[in-house]
Formats: sequence, C-alpha cells, structure tokens
Amino acid sequence: MKAFTYERAKSPAAAAAAVAGQPGAKFLAGGTNLLDLMKLQIETPTHLVDVQDLKLDRIEPTADGGLRVGAFVSNTALAADARVRRDYAVLTRAIVAGASGQLRNKATTAGNLLQRTRCPYFYDTNQPCNKRRPGSGCAALGGYSRQLAVIGTSDACIATYPGDMAVALRVLDAGVETIDAHGAARTILLAEFHHSPGDTPHLETALAPGELITAVTLPPPVGGHHVYRKVRDRASYAFALVSVAAIIQPDGSGRVAFGGVAPKPWRSDAADAALPEGATAVTARAFADARPTADNKFKIALATRTLAATIAQARPA
Amino acid sequence: MTVAAIPTKSVRAAPSPPPGAMPLALTINGEHHRVEVDPRTTLLDLLRDHLRLTGTKKGCDHGQCGACTVIAGGKRINACLSLALQHDGDKVTTIEGLGTPDRLHPLQAAFVKHDGFQCGYCTPGQICSAVAVLGEIKAGIPSHVSADLTAPMRATNAEVRERMSGNICRCGAYSNIAEAIAEVAAA
Repeated sequence: MKAFTYERAKSPAAAAAAVAGQPGAKFLAGGTNLLDLMKLQIETPTHLVDVQDLKLDRIEPTADGGLRVGAFVSNTALAADARVRRDYAVLTRAIVAGASGQLRNKATTAGNLLQRTRCPYFYDTNQPCNKRRPGSGCAALGGYSRQLAVIGTSDACIATYPGDMAVALRVLDAGVETIDAHGAARTILLAEFHHSPGDTPHLETALAPGELITAVTLPPPVGGHHVYRKVRDRASYAFALVSVAAIIQPDGSGRVAFGGVAPKPWRSDAADAALPEGATAVTARAFADARPTADNKFKIALATRTLAATIAQARPA
Repeated sequence: MTVAAIPTKSVRAAPSPPPGAMPLALTINGEHHRVEVDPRTTLLDLLRDHLRLTGTKKGCDHGQCGACTVIAGGKRINACLSLALQHDGDKVTTIEGLGTPDRLHPLQAAFVKHDGFQCGYCTPGQICSAVAVLGEIKAGIPSHVSADLTAPMRATNAEVRERMSGNICRCGAYSNIAEAIAEVAAA
C-alpha cells in the first residue's frame, strides 16, 4: 500500500471539503473494495477521509411514503430492515445474493454503489487498461472476456459494473442524495448515476470531485412480485454472469433490469413494456444494440433464460 | 474500566511507531489497548504483528478466504480489509477471546468432535464466522437461500452453508464444519 494520511470527518460538508480540497484524497466508508485495490496499488489515495462518524447510518421514512437509506448503512442492515424485506424485497434479495456475510457487514450502501469493476485486466497492473490508466488501451478487447459486458460498452472499455444492489435500486427507481464541498445538496437518479464508458472509462459516475453520497432514496412501494435471480459460476460468493432484478405485477406488466452485462445496471423502457409478451420479447429489446465478444455472447441467451425463469417464479402456473 | 497503559508484552512486541503514526485505543477480548500505527496497518496486522494475537490468520489478504474473520462491534468482518484506525473505540473478539484450551467455546468443542478441520489454518476464521452466523440467524437476518424473507430464520444445513460461504477450507472439511455448527445450533 502507498502511504497516506487519515482523518475522521465530523460532518458531511466537512468531509466533502476535505476531499475536494486535497488532490488524491478519497472517502473511506467500509473500505472492503478500496483497501483491496490499495493493496494492489490500483488505488493510491494520498489521504483518506473516514465517514463513519457522520451519522449516515439510519433508514428513515420519507414524507412521500418511501425510505431514505443513509450512505453508511451496511449492506446487512439494509437487507435485514423489516420495511425493506416487506416492501422492497428485490433489494434484500439482490444484496444477499452478493459477497459474503463478512463483507456485507462492513460494506456500505454508498460504497456498494461506487465499487469498481472486477475486469481481470483492470486488476492486473501489468496490462493496459483505460479505466486504470487513461489512454493506455484495453487488454480486455481481444482478451479473455467471458465475464465482461455485452452492451453499453465502447472501443475503450468493455468492463461490467459488478454489483447486485444497484441492479435492484435501478428497478426501484432509486435516487442518490449528495452534498458537495460548499454544502449544496442534490439528488441524482440512479439511472443517471453510472456513466457509460465512451472515451473516458475512468469517469465512472456522475459525482463531482469531493461530492459525497449522503443517502439513497427509495420511492413509495409499488407492490408486485419482487425477484432477484443471479447466475454465477458457483452457488455463492461469486460475481454475476447475468442477473435479473424484476418487479412483476399480477397483470404481467412490470419492470426489469439486468446485471453482469453492462457498465451499469441495464434497463430500458422498451424492454419493460415488453414484459407481458415474455422473456424473449424483453431481451430482444434490452439487448438490441449488444456488441458481445465471442467469449461472452452466451450472456444474451442466458439473460433470456434467466428472465424466463424469473417470470415463471413471479407467476406460478 | 478505563483504558490501561500498553501491556508490557505489547510494548516489547510492537515495532516502534513509524513517522506519521496515529494513535488508537480499542478493546480486544476484553483487554484495553492503546497503540500507535502507520495508517496503512490493517486490523489483521495490528492483531498479529503488533499485539501478537496470532490466532487470527492471514490467508489471501484480500477478503476472499475468510481466514482473518473476527467479530468487531458484534459483527463478523474480514480483518484484512479494515484499517486498524477504523476501529478506534471498538470492541473486537478474536478466536483467543472465544475460548481457551481448558474451556473451549461450544463451537470449538464441536469442531474437535466433528473433525471440522484438517490443517487447521482456516479454523479460527471458520469458528469466529460460525459464532456470528448463529447470532445472525437468531437476529432474523435473511440469506440468499431464505425462502420467506419475513419468516423467522432457521439454522438449516442449506442456510449454514450459504452463510458460511465467505470461509474457504482448502482441505475441504465443509461437511464436518456444517455438522459441528448444526450441533451447536440445535443445543
């Protein structure tokens, strides 16, 4: 690990100001992804601002009947919250499908959103990677790409967003509340939070430098049958090859987002609208612009089959 | 209890604080410690290299194997993926705090009885994890294999195996580990 200095911030605005005011500074929440990357010298912050004392660890009802989840709420606490289990089950299901019990106890809501890709070429510092070292090239193109993205990619990057939680948040139309160094707050729709790689795959989110996530908001419950179905190389503790987050209403309409296939949770209005027609109609729309590699084109067929199983689970015959 | 001075053995064991070291105080297995550490020091390295509590093992050092599992603030975590400084003021329990050779924790006794290990390297992490898993089930925390998210959770074989998936055993003692945990869960 490269040397760094450490402080515990006393307020969200002070934390944002501390990171904005020092080049190379980063926020530290759970640290489960950041410390891993620091040990590999993929992340080399010069200063860490620990946000554990900011009282962002509560889940509260919002005035409109939804929930506001503090940025520092652990993945375990969010998955186990009685209101989430009852009204936002797809979120609980997605969280418990990811990582291990130890990691979920430490990992936070905001940190989970900000986790970096697990592209093997991002992790291997001997390889070119436009995300790790802008302008160095992409070793994944023409490399081992079985786990990588099939849609939303660019000629500069085919990495996937690896998480499960955000796929459920996408289908729930969640918002991301932030505060900047001047104390100004805003809400970013989750749909607009993760960037497509384009020519700048190192710019992964809509956050400005020093902008701190303070909460994730969930709109009022929409009912329906909540399913998160994840396909991976082993039964537990592995990243998704393909995952499906779905909320399906009794009339067959609903919402669906896919994980493990794109640089962000993948959802489209056209694909949602096709849900009553069945899985093939949905994925024909969701993956119409797919550009898979020979190694990962199986993910499109797998997405169709995973969604078919999801629909069957939501509407038992 | 107030925070005591550094125990004599820790003074001898700890490397002299490097430039930029920061102080922290925490309670490990009921014993108070004040130390100064380089900010890069993980909780795992603090335990093993500074305090000589070598029961907690370093396997992968990247949160993939679970050998470093300890219970911090009542929750099991990977000590390798946590900075020591994140634990200022925390209470931490390691394998040394669960039982002693003369008075084994029920899970330690069950691991012996059911042969829940071969080489033993992953065992401290397995046992710390298992202690916390039984607590998580009692607290009603759901898992990936829980059929009903709103019903009370039960320590079935499938539940225990899923919840223990963050602890790898290269010797493959999984069946016996599951039996050991099942026996304590039923007690």
